[in-house]
Amino acid sequence: MGLTTDVNPEPDQRELDQISPNWITTRLDFLANWSRSNSLWPMPFGTACCAIEFMATAASRYDISRFGMERMSYSPRQADVLICAGRLPFKLAPVIRRIWDQMPQPKWAISMGACASTGGIFDTYAMVQGIDTIIPVDVYVPGCPPRPEGLLYGILMLHKKIMGESLADPTLRVEHLMGPDGLFRRPEAIDEVSEPFGNSVHQTRSA
Amino acid sequence: MTTDQAAERATTPDVGEASLAATLPALRAAFPGAVVRAMVGNHQAVICVAPAQAHAVLAWLRDDPGQRFNYLTDVTCVEHRDPELPFEIVYQLRSLDRKADLRVKILLDPDGPLRVETVFDLWAGADWLEREAWDMFGVVFVHHPDLRRILMWETYSEGHPLRKSFPLRGRWSRSEQTRQALADNPEAQYSLEELSISEAYRALPKDMVERLAAHPREQAT
Repeated sequence: MGLTTDVNPEPDQRELDQISPNWITTRLDFLANWSRSNSLWPMPFGTACCAIEFMATAASRYDISRFGMERMSYSPRQADVLICAGRLPFKLAPVIRRIWDQMPQPKWAISMGACASTGGIFDTYAMVQGIDTIIPVDVYVPGCPPRPEGLLYGILMLHKKIMGESLADPTLRVEHLMGPDGLFRRPEAIDEVSEPFGNSVHQTRSA
Repeated sequence: MTTDQAAERATTPDVGEASLAATLPALRAAFPGAVVRAMVGNHQAVICVAPAQAHAVLAWLRDDPGQRFNYLTDVTCVEHRDPELPFEIVYQLRSLDRKADLRVKILLDPDGPLRVETVFDLWAGADWLEREAWDMFGVVFVHHPDLRRILMWETYSEGHPLRKSFPLRGRWSRSEQTRQALADNPEAQYSLEELSISEAYRALPKDMVERLAAHPREQAT
């Protein structure tokens, strides 16, 4: 247990050749990332007022078809990016988890708005305190709700992130499944998001 | 507003007063001692009735030719901080024929069981409204055909959230709440019972009707 000292500090040269980028793989990366980032089909998960802003983003004035996103995937199996627009009650937690599990790789997630990212003003018994306790999130868009410009900025940040990906990275396309305890993250990490008020034992308003 | 309109408004009786005047004397005559309180607030007639006679009073309000409250707008529950009588079951009635509104309240004893008779047999629309009052406040509607949770999921284990004694963030820690929520099967939210009592039953596909017929619940429907 703990740190071991017998790890070979010199990686095997053949292994290094396989994963280290060369001219071919970087060109392939660029091509794959360029095509992926310019045809991100969104899986809209609109639960609240953020979804209205998302609709405005999709409509003609802001027009996300400029980014190849006009094709809304109402089936998770043809979707690339899950956009959670709005608060997520606990009752919908298994739903968004199942949708995320049904989306094929490569896939990304955007958490749109204060409620999806942190629970927002809904620090109550019914609300998930941030969807990153349920699924992995790539980009958080702040705002209540974010204006379409905000969401577009988040999409452009996701483009940037995708352009930095590499086919040689073996950790990139790993599915983040639920653990044996039925949770996606460590329980302490989930309890932490309710700080500084804590759970019911410490909360300031009750009875 | 012209002076004619102002004068007309001054002489026209308040809608709440008019509704109370049309109902209260007849109700007192039909059910002596059933009316606990009666008042008008915000142009709304309110009648508080004794819990034991509530169902009979509501049936009378629906069927009496002088009343004809044929539309149930809402059933809900209120918990006040008043320590003596904190619980009220509220029925908001509307007579579409007479264009009159009436609010009927049942004041429940907090020490006794929170139980009232269902009005599902009088107004079928009370079904989901009473389920919501059960889910949020824990009031048992006796003889309700399908008293299950409706807003929270069916395996929700923290209690009835709108009670004053319920902590705002729930009883369990956030991780436990997340674990229980994720363990729920989202496809179990709509049960076969729910489908079988819906009015669309006859319009369902044939194989679904057969599956429902094999279900014990269907025998009672």
